[in-house]
Amino acid sequence: MLNISPVLEFKSSTFFAPILILFNNDIAAIEEALQEKISLAPEFFKDSPLIVDLRELNKQNQDLDFVQIVQILRRIGFFPVGIRGGNEQQNKQARALSIPIDTVREQSSSISIGEAQKHEATPQPSPQPSPQPEVPVAKESANPAAAPPVAVTSTLVTQPIRSGQRIYASGDLIILSQVSAGAEIMAEGNIHVYNTLRGRALAGVHGNTAARIFCFDLQAELISIAGDYKTSEDLNKQTYKNPVQIYLQNHALIIKEIA
Amino acid sequence: MARIIVVTSGKGGVGKTTTSAAIAMGLAKAGHKTVVIDFDVGLRNLDLILGCERRVVYDFVNVINGEASISQALIRDKNCNLLYILPASQTRDKDALTQEGVGRVLEELSKEFQYIVCDSPAGIEKGANLALYYADDAFVVTNPEISSVRDSDRMLGILSSKSRRAERNEEPIKEYLLLTRYDPDRVKLGEMLSLDDVQEILSLELLGIIPESRSVLSASNAGIPVILDEKSEAGQAYADVIARYLGEKRPHRFIDGKRGFLKRLFGGRK
Repeated sequence: MLNISPVLEFKSSTFFAPILILFNNDIAAIEEALQEKISLAPEFFKDSPLIVDLRELNKQNQDLDFVQIVQILRRIGFFPVGIRGGNEQQNKQARALSIPIDTVREQSSSISIGEAQKHEATPQPSPQPSPQPEVPVAKESANPAAAPPVAVTSTLVTQPIRSGQRIYASGDLIILSQVSAGAEIMAEGNIHVYNTLRGRALAGVHGNTAARIFCFDLQAELISIAGDYKTSEDLNKQTYKNPVQIYLQNHALIIKEIA
Repeated sequence: MARIIVVTSGKGGVGKTTTSAAIAMGLAKAGHKTVVIDFDVGLRNLDLILGCERRVVYDFVNVINGEASISQALIRDKNCNLLYILPASQTRDKDALTQEGVGRVLEELSKEFQYIVCDSPAGIEKGANLALYYADDAFVVTNPEISSVRDSDRMLGILSSKSRRAERNEEPIKEYLLLTRYDPDRVKLGEMLSLDDVQEILSLELLGIIPESRSVLSASNAGIPVILDEKSEAGQAYADVIARYLGEKRPHRFIDGKRGFLKRLFGGRK
């Protein structure tokens, strides 16, 4: 027993799951509507995980038996994996069924199913992960579905980021020095570079489409927000070497000069 | 306690060993007891540049393995009695070096010497990592060429994260730039990166520009560090580097093109 290899490891990750928003507590009507949707795209819904969103119902004070809705969903072929916006009774039922409860964020990133489909089709840039990041940065583990909203943390870096270094921030990332070509900076939130950006910058890496990149001098090799990316080849000459902000609009990266 | 200097670059062939030999000789000539260590195990070169290859008996790896004492392995330079060389082993590879062993040798040398110059091998593998691990100062040797600049940038990232100073959260390694093989005429023609181009990416304290010079190759072949060739521009440039490193203020030379023919005749070079 010399080399004991670890039995397990915890890692955090993000998953995409459709959210079912209910507007009416008529069980029969819900089942019918669901069957109809499934017949449109049976492959997409087959064995799909699903989060049930009861915010609208509860806003309208319409009660719903959560156990009943779960039974229907399972019968149709869904795997309900979460509840959001349930009342006390519904949350209790969910807990009894071992279904995690998502505390609702108001600015919630709910997407309609059509969009979710598109999103899954969006290619994610695959930054080659180097085995040991050379600048260790505090990384909080984020438990996706069940985690309560975490206050946005920001990471401040003052020394230059050299080629081959990787920086990861679980919130916003603020960098005061230059980012060299061949370096990689990633944040779950926004990225600010108050200097020259020559490396790769990936904001909203956990899918936050509202994340933005701000930089003082854009010469990046690659920029990405929530998986949508552009390489330096696609960068507009007008914005090159200028102070810009970059954001996502209808899955298109918009690069805008900051006057 | 000795000051440990690593001469590094990432890229090969940019002038690390030439620089190591020159600055070690320069420090010794300035009156500081100095030892220069060849970390390029398996590709031993430093002893050739210093002209002591025929006096190598024991080497760095022998000392690490306890097969020889440090005093048995050290070679005293024939031109300057304050300079010593610890040669690399030619028959081994980088795996013969261990962090603990290197640390032990450096600690022992620290008791006796004022400066320890570590001549790093190219690359970012074990040999290079061990050469920089214990360093206090880094001389980053860069050619005015894009791949060399990129590799130096990479090396700077490693200096700031993988050294003992970084691991212990101490004051970081002091990094200096040495721009070697610089040819102002080719810079003017746009064939070579300018000092400004290089500094835009690296932004380091410039210790000196070593102009491209024939005297470097002939000095290497003769086994005499180029800094001893006081007539050559490269030799003067290295002398400037040492003076600046030791705290003297000297204006940078060799940035602009060569002087005209008449000026060269009458301009009075000392």
